[in-house]
Amino acid sequence: MPDLGLEVLQKGSNFIRLIEGFWVAVEISLFSIAISIPLGVFLGILMTRKNKLIRFLTKFYLDFIRIMPQLVLLFLVFFGTTRSMGWNLSGEMAAVIVFVLWGTAEMGDLVRSALLSIPRHQYESSVALGFSRIQTYFYIILPQTLRRLIPVSINLITRMIKTTSLILMIGVVEVLKVGQQIIEANRMTSPNAAFGIFFVIFILYFVICWSVSMIARYLERKWS
Amino acid sequence: MADTVLEIKNLVKKFNEHIIINGLNLKVQEGEVIVILGPSGCGKSTLLRCINGLEEIQSGSIKVQGRETVGNKKNAVLLRQKIGMVFQSYDLFPHLSVLGNIMLSPVKVQKRKKDEVKKEALELLEKVGLSDKADSYPRQLSGGQKQRVAIVRALILHPEILLFDEVTAALDPEMVREVLDVILGLAKQRRTMLIVTHEMQFAKAVADRIVFMDESKIIEEGGAKEFFEHPRTERAKKFLNVFTFEDIR
Amino acid sequence: MDFVYIERVLPLYKRAAVLTVRLGIEGTLLAIVIGLFCALILYEKIPILRQFVMFYIELSRNTPLLVQLFFIYYGLPKTGIMLTPEICGVAGLAFLGGSYMAEAFRSGLESVEDIQRECAYSLGMNKVQIMRYVVLPQAVSTSIPAFLANIIFLLKETSVFSAISLMDLMFTAKDLIGLYYKTSESLVLLVVFYLMILLPVSIIGTVVERRMQYAGFGA
Repeated sequence: MPDLGLEVLQKGSNFIRLIEGFWVAVEISLFSIAISIPLGVFLGILMTRKNKLIRFLTKFYLDFIRIMPQLVLLFLVFFGTTRSMGWNLSGEMAAVIVFVLWGTAEMGDLVRSALLSIPRHQYESSVALGFSRIQTYFYIILPQTLRRLIPVSINLITRMIKTTSLILMIGVVEVLKVGQQIIEANRMTSPNAAFGIFFVIFILYFVICWSVSMIARYLERKWS
Repeated sequence: MADTVLEIKNLVKKFNEHIIINGLNLKVQEGEVIVILGPSGCGKSTLLRCINGLEEIQSGSIKVQGRETVGNKKNAVLLRQKIGMVFQSYDLFPHLSVLGNIMLSPVKVQKRKKDEVKKEALELLEKVGLSDKADSYPRQLSGGQKQRVAIVRALILHPEILLFDEVTAALDPEMVREVLDVILGLAKQRRTMLIVTHEMQFAKAVADRIVFMDESKIIEEGGAKEFFEHPRTERAKKFLNVFTFEDIR
Repeated sequence: MDFVYIERVLPLYKRAAVLTVRLGIEGTLLAIVIGLFCALILYEKIPILRQFVMFYIELSRNTPLLVQLFFIYYGLPKTGIMLTPEICGVAGLAFLGGSYMAEAFRSGLESVEDIQRECAYSLGMNKVQIMRYVVLPQAVSTSIPAFLANIIFLLKETSVFSAISLMDLMFTAKDLIGLYYKTSESLVLLVVFYLMILLPVSIIGTVVERRMQYAGFGA
């Protein structure tokens, strides 16, 4: 059997370290999504307003965030803020900022299309029943959009977890970085560790993202 | 005596355990126009789909010009070109123009010469009153126009027999006439046709023979005049009455 | 803004942009081929191959490109498979994009109604002819919006190529920030160049989608 460098994982705490590295990525995405969801709901509601200025600004924000590669956004925040605002952001902080900006945009768009899919008469009849605008959203519209939203927001979580792999590029020590460190430290004893380590990381990402998308698919089927 | 174009023996068709057609026999002579009548769900549309090989059958035989279509794939493709079918939902190919729709099969399947096919296509379009629509796309046509194109698309393959499956059922009332007129014209040319329809007046005018189906069987068959004026079975009487009642309204 | 600096580094960005676009196009073309094959296999429900394709799609969609690239670039050589960074980049992009293209084409194929196939069948066409003349043209044109969205997605994904030492736009920007500390200029150029690549595709996408909504064939 060829040496695929899997034995490195059994050495010391190497496997635990990988998992910890992976947890950094998952933590950042969960933290970001937790902030993105309320902000996204707010943005989505804002985007359905008729006001031209609001429409233009939200559309511009959404389009800019969407057209830029997430890595470019990470660079802009990580390197850019240091220069122009004199902040010294940690990689983790920069990552959270970018993922919140991006997550809010994506979530906002999902909320907007979910809101637009609610027929007009739902709004009209609740106004006729004497609900205020806030009450209408709170009691009538949001409960209806929630079922549509939950599966797609779970999908957004998997997209975020996948995207967290990028934070390696702004110096955050996450799973890929830990992998590189392990490979580097064992260069003499297991020259083939790169295969084993990156294979395991590949599988780790797959198992997590696939399970989460399965949940999303299940809910989508159940509620559609 | 005229040749037999189509011969069906002991046809059985089931969907799962549900019997749609139960041991049906039918012979169609050359030049004959047969209208199949019956309440909805009696299996008449399924019969046409079986003849055309769109549905697998459980037992029985379907012969076109004496040749078996069932269970012989190679034969089936060749024979299907001898059977033209027009569907209820006038489904032209949306990505092709009217001419493109008509010419696709003769050029690609029958490998006939493009010029010759185009000439014939234009002649046929002229006959159904659509020569100005040759380069239009399906979405630019009305339902009646689409259905006339669908008829031309079937005719250009020179089929021995034409099947019409409720071709006017999905049309607006004012367009029914233009399509039925085309079919009447074909009947005058002594085309062999098998027609499923709900238009009683039309059936009376066009049919040589009426086949009345109910509960997956043929209940009664006979000349058109005889069937409409003196139906023999109770079920046929009831069926016709229902429709007269609707007529009066 | 230091315009002298910008002028000096502009050629570097241009070269990097050309690399990004070239690899992006190569990867996308391969992804289209893979996607079309996979979609046809799923649509025709070909046994065994179908399970294989479904597994590939899950694998490709649930792992990040960067991780795929690390495995191909650093891992595979240990088993004797040595690839140049460029080939790795294109292969990774094709592996990722194939599944997205497959989904786009598959939903296009499924949007073609049964009656269309039945009509073609009753006009005497065989399976291959029906696919080629009737189903595929309709499927491809309905999947164009999804298809364009995938192209934008894949072009954006090329931004991680710098991780396998390809000198693309990200690599150039990071390199220059480290060398000269001209952060703002380097970042502005980065954004501008990505916009120049991505905006045209995005605009085409919006126009096509709008046209498809209001019209159809023969518009």
